[in-house]
Amino acid sequence: MKPKVAFFDFSSCEGCQLQIANLEEQIIDLINVVDVVAFREVMKEEAEPYDIAMVEGSICRPIDEKRLKHIRKQAKILVALGACAHLGGVQKLSNQWSSKENLKEVYPDASSRIVSDKNPFFEKPRHKALDEVVKVDYVIPGCPIDRTEFLKVVSALVNGKTPPIPDYPVCVECKKNENECLFTIGKFCMGPIARAGCGAICPTHGNECEACRGYVSHPHENAQFSVLEKYGLDADEILHRKTMFMYKYHEEEEKKSKEEKQ
Amino acid sequence: MSKEVHIHVEHLTRVEGHGNILMNAKDGSIKNVEWQISEAPRFFESFVRGRPYHELSHITSRICGICSIGHALASLKATEAAMNIPVSGQTVMLRKLALHGENMQSHILHVGYLVAPDLFGVGSVIPLVSSAPEVVKKIIALHRLANEMSDLLCGRTTHPITLIPGGFSEIPSEKQLLHLKSRLTDIIPVCEEVATVVLENADKLPDFSRETEYIGLTSKDEYALYDGDIGSTDTKPIDVDKYESVVNEFTVQQSTAKYCKHKRQSYMVGALARFNINADLLHPLAKKWAKKFGLKPVCYNPFMNNIAQLVEYVHSVEDSIALIDAILDAGLNRLERPKYSISKGRGVGAVEVPRGILFHDYTYNDEGICTKANCVIPTNQNHNNIQHDMEAFAPTLLDRPEKEIELNLEMLVRAYDPCISCSTHYLDVTFEH
Repeated sequence: MKPKVAFFDFSSCEGCQLQIANLEEQIIDLINVVDVVAFREVMKEEAEPYDIAMVEGSICRPIDEKRLKHIRKQAKILVALGACAHLGGVQKLSNQWSSKENLKEVYPDASSRIVSDKNPFFEKPRHKALDEVVKVDYVIPGCPIDRTEFLKVVSALVNGKTPPIPDYPVCVECKKNENECLFTIGKFCMGPIARAGCGAICPTHGNECEACRGYVSHPHENAQFSVLEKYGLDADEILHRKTMFMYKYHEEEEKKSKEEKQ
Repeated sequence: MSKEVHIHVEHLTRVEGHGNILMNAKDGSIKNVEWQISEAPRFFESFVRGRPYHELSHITSRICGICSIGHALASLKATEAAMNIPVSGQTVMLRKLALHGENMQSHILHVGYLVAPDLFGVGSVIPLVSSAPEVVKKIIALHRLANEMSDLLCGRTTHPITLIPGGFSEIPSEKQLLHLKSRLTDIIPVCEEVATVVLENADKLPDFSRETEYIGLTSKDEYALYDGDIGSTDTKPIDVDKYESVVNEFTVQQSTAKYCKHKRQSYMVGALARFNINADLLHPLAKKWAKKFGLKPVCYNPFMNNIAQLVEYVHSVEDSIALIDAILDAGLNRLERPKYSISKGRGVGAVEVPRGILFHDYTYNDEGICTKANCVIPTNQNHNNIQHDMEAFAPTLLDRPEKEIELNLEMLVRAYDPCISCSTHYLDVTFEH
């Protein structure tokens, strides 16, 4: 019997699910090996339980946590799809401010009525990665995910294998593409500590790596810092630039240092 | 008639983002009908504060996976306006090409994958793979070409890499552009075949009209997508910098929803609005297909938005071919790089994205750090119009079975191709007691 796969989305741009639609003819190959039982963005039907849940998006409010916990119970394997599910997405940056401050900035006229924990759609909005709420079995990183990598992961899961996600830095793939190092032309790049698997797509097209796939497991941060210092970037800018997709790590560090102080 | 009808569609399918439809009727009259949004707020306008100008288009493209190129372009135009950053004619033409790629991708995704199942009476495109494989293959071919365009111009299909303030980090070669031109030329017959199938099934689209205002970019020179003034079926063109006087975001007393309105109780944006304002400037083949579908300005049937999208796909193919010719005739300069200095200021950028007119408005300090942002999203602007359409449409359905009423209301919302994740400050919260 074909494994049952369900797709779900929380706070996100739904661009990762779009990469699945972007598989074009290969979607037909995909539905030959798995049985898609839920995919709200493209289909009306939905059925439970499922073998694999692919979840896109960050988790924002209690109603979202409740829904994710239900999905977790229905799924044998839960996969975080993309940077929002993996790291909380760019919207994780909003956690720099309190929920009230964010609501006031975005909804200046309506905030006093909206800021009410009685309203489930606006109850304590804070963006979390999936693993801050439930157990995550595997991650397909990236903003957006790489569709070829997605197929590799599905194929591994269908065959009972561990998905092949690289654990070396983007620089490896960048060198392989014979790109000129962006630091040498005065640009900033997260390549030395960011997880590869994207084919160094941004540096290859002349733009810097923003580490949307997160850090490698054991990033050599000191080496990265000295590289950046060599090119005239100060610690403040380094720390600031690290946060576009990295605010989750920042929160974890803060939590750790708080605990150490106590 | 004492029939009671209760409809509650939670998390409407085959739309982008999370929305609910609620309807209650008793004794042949509607008690309430609501289009609700349950999407979580992501606070883009709050958390871009403090970010440097060159990050803005990369961050705000993440507002929407389907129209990330349009968001990036509106963002760059706002930044360029704020800092007086010049762009070359070549950059403008290449950006227009990128925008066509995205409009084609989004339109065919909507018409082919999300709306076609309603026309064929199935729940998704998946059953169509076995029941109508030839049509599905043609739709895939149209979708693939659109994505190839985005890949070539932007480095990838979603969340563009190469679009940067003042220009591009990399542009295609002459050979690649010529290859794209031949792919575009070859796709025209496929376009017409798909349009023929849609035409054969177009009678499934409900015949419903409600007069409203239509708003979209307009220009004397072309069917405006990348640039222009704010056009309306009710008023003369308005300068983009005055967008706040057009969108007039407001909060309604009995709900927390932000609505938009201009000259009437609501207005519509998107392919149908653009068609209604700019139909004269379509390329010939697009005009021919509009005529075949009986689409004439001003068309007040929101379901015809699906057809306007198909017509725009054809137009984008024709216009892209013309753009490639113009770029190559002018002589491709691959060494061109942006030149500018950082300065403080405020700027507004407007672009037509698949679902309608999009505004980004940023203020920067003298270090190029964003201090204030406002993004007005097409779906946001359509919400009020969806609600008014629903109020007018629902009473005409009451004598039908509940499932059919539900399907018709779903089809109405889907016709707008709503992009709910986009709606960064788009609220409609209602409670059922």
